[in-house]
Amino acid sequence: MKLQARHLLGLEGMSGGDINLILDTADSFYGVLQRDVKVVPTLRGKTIVNLFYENSTRTRISFELAEKRLSASPLNFSASTSSIHKGEGLRDTIRNIEAMKIDMVVVRHSCAGAPYFLTQCTDAVIINAGDGLHEHPTQALLDMMTIRQKLGRLEGLKVAIIGDIFHSRVARSNAWGMKTMGMDVILCGPPTFLPQHHDCLGVPVTDNIDEALEGADVVMLLRVQLERQSSAVFPSVHEYRDRYGFDIDRLSKLKKDVIIMHPGPINRGVELASNVADSEHSVILDQVTNGVAVRMAVLYLLGGGENG
Amino acid sequence: MVKRNFGTVTYPLSGGSQSKPLVITNARVIDPAQGIDGKYNIVLDGGIVKSITEETPPGCNGGADIIDASGLWAVPGLVDMHVHLREPGREDKETIATGTCAAAAGGFTAVACMPNTNPVLDEEAKIRYVIQRGEDCPCRIYPVGAITKALEGEELAPVGEMVKAGAAAVSDDGKTVAKSNVMRNALNYSKSFDIPVICHCEDAALCAKGHMNEGLVSTKLGVRGIPVISEDIIVSRDILLAEYTGARIHIAHVSTAGSVRLIREAKSRGVKVTAETCPHYFTLTDEDVGMYDTNKKMNPPLRTAVDRDAVIAGLADGTIDVIASDHAPHVSEEKDVEFDTAAFGVVGLETSLGVVLTVLVSRGLLTPSQMVERMSAAPNRILGLPGGSLKTGSPADVTIIDPSVKWTVDPAAFFSKSRNSPFIGMGLEGAAAVTILGGRVVYRRG
Repeated sequence: MKLQARHLLGLEGMSGGDINLILDTADSFYGVLQRDVKVVPTLRGKTIVNLFYENSTRTRISFELAEKRLSASPLNFSASTSSIHKGEGLRDTIRNIEAMKIDMVVVRHSCAGAPYFLTQCTDAVIINAGDGLHEHPTQALLDMMTIRQKLGRLEGLKVAIIGDIFHSRVARSNAWGMKTMGMDVILCGPPTFLPQHHDCLGVPVTDNIDEALEGADVVMLLRVQLERQSSAVFPSVHEYRDRYGFDIDRLSKLKKDVIIMHPGPINRGVELASNVADSEHSVILDQVTNGVAVRMAVLYLLGGGENG
Repeated sequence: MVKRNFGTVTYPLSGGSQSKPLVITNARVIDPAQGIDGKYNIVLDGGIVKSITEETPPGCNGGADIIDASGLWAVPGLVDMHVHLREPGREDKETIATGTCAAAAGGFTAVACMPNTNPVLDEEAKIRYVIQRGEDCPCRIYPVGAITKALEGEELAPVGEMVKAGAAAVSDDGKTVAKSNVMRNALNYSKSFDIPVICHCEDAALCAKGHMNEGLVSTKLGVRGIPVISEDIIVSRDILLAEYTGARIHIAHVSTAGSVRLIREAKSRGVKVTAETCPHYFTLTDEDVGMYDTNKKMNPPLRTAVDRDAVIAGLADGTIDVIASDHAPHVSEEKDVEFDTAAFGVVGLETSLGVVLTVLVSRGLLTPSQMVERMSAAPNRILGLPGGSLKTGSPADVTIIDPSVKWTVDPAAFFSKSRNSPFIGMGLEGAAAVTILGGRVVYRRG
């Protein structure tokens, strides 16, 4: 089995077959992660550059771990230590790195489309680790893997994604990917957190949290950037918690087997109450574990590793 | 002589106008200022139109140079009233010499250049400098002075001195004069001079960090948007200020259906407002940004099909008076980058006429006569220039158009220094065949 896609730029337009192949492969790597020796030799000799133009701890560590467990050689490049401080453009940076003979590039960038731009500059395989407000495909894949693991299927499940939808590439990737997999996604937040034009996401959008939570099998909370208060996007943490915060009360009205997700890092007591985050419904740490498995699957499938 | 695939421009011009008369025969002459559209012969001599007659002019076989324009159109020299020539300051992008060669090749005999150079054209001496640099160029240059010093939106630039030096208008193009009281004063002050105040309309706070039209495409691409209301709000404000002060304004690069509606309504009330749009706004939409194509990034941005259609309707009914290119050259280092990082702006001088002919005229959305009105008569009138007609005694500035030549936009053939065209690869029908400035051929296609 091979992916149709040569790069992983986003889930918009990715086929259900490709998504399933990644999730199935991730499930088998999940098995590897349960062993004493968590390393397989599949990508031995491959050099993978982690090109992080935006701060990220967990995504970068997750990718690096996935690379090491596939026996690839990771090379970390972060904005704070790089030549971009010397004014070098992205094209020159990637051409220089490519000249050192690398195989794959994992990129996070604050500009939407930067991963696509890289595909036009280099022959290396590009994996998007988050670009601007655009996509964060491995996050959505690990979310779907986690849901499938916990609830046994994807099709027909209802997912409520609540928070700052406008600024969330996680919400976009999930909306596209989950819709492809036959899930019922609804996006929810105060109107200032919703894109003015959203039909292209293909899923309903609401500012009414009760409507969003109705019948939910999965509730995903998104981090609220507290600094957005200063740009008049929302009035106060207190009011946000009151109107959109997910707490025990809201949890108690949902299905008994509902699962609670969060891409992290959590603002405890803002979008998600601590006792819910730590409850048996919470699968937040499973998401983190599965993140490594999903990234191993993506690297493996795009890195030319043979299946089986 | 400067040669490219698509023709030859005479540069530099050596002094004076052509001594020999130049006769254009058998042309379809389209001159809406005189209500003319038919077969005429034109004699140019001494830098002016000597005669325009249906009969073959006498003495034609003697000492005159003759251009047989059978199958071609002869129109009053086209004017692009909104270009950025980048000199002084960014001569790596364009110079007055290369920009005017591009203009001549595009069929333009005059351009108005915007003041957002480095330094900003906000003083008499800087206006004089640009005019002087344009002296040997194959296209007339009319500099636009700044409204406010250094385009900072605070203190008025010396409008009177700049007009005396030859500025044809004032504008803070590239920026809106944010403070309404400053804009009110600028409009009031400008009334002493017969010039338009050219308004760049954009509520900066509403488009903070925006890089393309705010809409379904920006949501899908994850690019922050520039909403149509950021334009509409300032168009509306500037119309109200013009109405209140009685000043004359010209709205630059109209891109939205809302602006067209506001301008149409203001004109019906008698407000002294004129407006321009650019070929990309009536040809392309935000869908054309595709996969983050930085050659489709300009400000205002490409809008939706609804806006594009409203712009076309505005051109057809005269709400929009002028087609200008907003020629904005950029070096590849500023375009061959991530979308958010890329500079705003596209070149247009060498594609404007071809796009208008292909997209508007050949589809019957604009008559040839309306095209000449929007690209010659109207900009001349708005800027108070002597051209815009071929009546006897007018400047001998003529554009001869081949309406049926087919060509493909190839930036490698541009006379401009820059290559950032949104029309690369587009097949066009129609182009300037010969450009005549002051009775002399300055560009010949082929």
